[in-house]
Amino acid sequence: MPMIEIKNIGKWYGDFNVLADCTTQVEKGEVIVVCGPSGSGKSTLIKCVNGLEPFQSGEILVNGISVGATGTNLSKLRAHVGMVFQHFELFPHMSITENLTIGQIKVLGRSKDEAIEKGLKLLDRVGLKAQAHKFPGQLSGGQQQRVAIARALAMDPICMLFDEPTSALDPEMINEVLDVMVQLAFEGMTMMCVTHEMGFARKVADRVIFMDQGRIVEDASKDDFFGTPRSERAQQFLAKILQH
Amino acid sequence: MLNLDFAFLSPEVVSGYIAKGLIFSLQLTLVAMLGGIVLGTILALMRLSSKPWLVTPAAAYVNTMRSIPLVMVILWFFLLIPLITGKALGAEMSAIITFTLFEAAYYSEIMRAGIQSIPKGQVAAGYALGMTYGQTMKEVVLPQAFRNMLPVLLTQTIILFQDTSLVYAIGAYDLLKGFEIAGKNFNRPVETYLVAAAIYFIICFSLSMLVKKLQQRIAIIR
Repeated sequence: MPMIEIKNIGKWYGDFNVLADCTTQVEKGEVIVVCGPSGSGKSTLIKCVNGLEPFQSGEILVNGISVGATGTNLSKLRAHVGMVFQHFELFPHMSITENLTIGQIKVLGRSKDEAIEKGLKLLDRVGLKAQAHKFPGQLSGGQQQRVAIARALAMDPICMLFDEPTSALDPEMINEVLDVMVQLAFEGMTMMCVTHEMGFARKVADRVIFMDQGRIVEDASKDDFFGTPRSERAQQFLAKILQH
Repeated sequence: MLNLDFAFLSPEVVSGYIAKGLIFSLQLTLVAMLGGIVLGTILALMRLSSKPWLVTPAAAYVNTMRSIPLVMVILWFFLLIPLITGKALGAEMSAIITFTLFEAAYYSEIMRAGIQSIPKGQVAAGYALGMTYGQTMKEVVLPQAFRNMLPVLLTQTIILFQDTSLVYAIGAYDLLKGFEIAGKNFNRPVETYLVAAAIYFIICFSLSMLVKKLQQRIAIIR
């Protein structure tokens, strides 16, 4: 059974077709990179996976559980699907430690001590142990994003969703975040990443999905995608972003 | 020429007439503020929900309260409750309930603006961690909204404190009433109203100074 199964997803904003008949799957331990021009629906697609965005047709199964079904306990499902956002979305009124423990305590019911221990261990892993008592506003963008990854990992996720995790960062901070993601990929985490970091895709992706105008235009293994993309649109896109 | 004489304002007069009224005015302000903020927050959440059966009654309540003069609400509530329940509430209790219900409408508009000022991504982040709607509001959105809006909430409270003097309409014993009675008993109405104004000024002005201080201190580091 695939970890994430996306079947014929359709979504409309009024007359505008944001997602059209999108079908793909992510196997356990796979790393999938989703790319495409802005407005192509890639962020919307990944937000559908944990139910942050509703969709009108089709079905998404995460670990066998249907995201869109009426009986599904979405909160329970999301608790084990880590998500990292473009703008980090750390809670600015909480210290880094509180950011790392709030979900564990309130959602998973862990004790405060247990949550702090786990949180600090993960903070150490992303190289920010010294920042535990600071507030998000006192950290750089790259540091905040690493904390956000640690916050998601603290919930012991079965898979991780990344929604353009580096596109709001200064260039010099991108690598520190990608390093954490690469390490995570090598450890076998199931990952679905919306990103334009083709270096990251080359290094760790199993498959690359290319989207345009709400459709999955290309869904190919990494080597096929970078070697000989079949669609003209993907070739154009690659030519543009790999030019420099 | 004005011939003012403040000699009658002895400690006995203050403790006998004024203290009782001051305590009630402060009590009324405090209860109406706390109750109003709690009720106002609930109204704000209702208005921001996606369910029409929550939005409509909350919007109707807020718009009605904000369109009627406070003194009329005070009077109507005081006169209507005995007619409906058959039992008088007493002017003080009636005032406390009326002010709480009335101020809730104003606090709800402040909280609504506060909640809307929190980026949508914050809600998404709460949900993504597996929090329910209630948890996301309680842990993520409301603490930030409340902090952002604290100066405005306090400013509204200053207005509330001034408005408590309107309970004269139903004869409740507040700060103004204390001065009024003292003025009548000692035949010094001009002096007592002057002192009353000074006291209102001191309390409200110190509160607005506090608001100014707070504004500088609480800006969340983002």
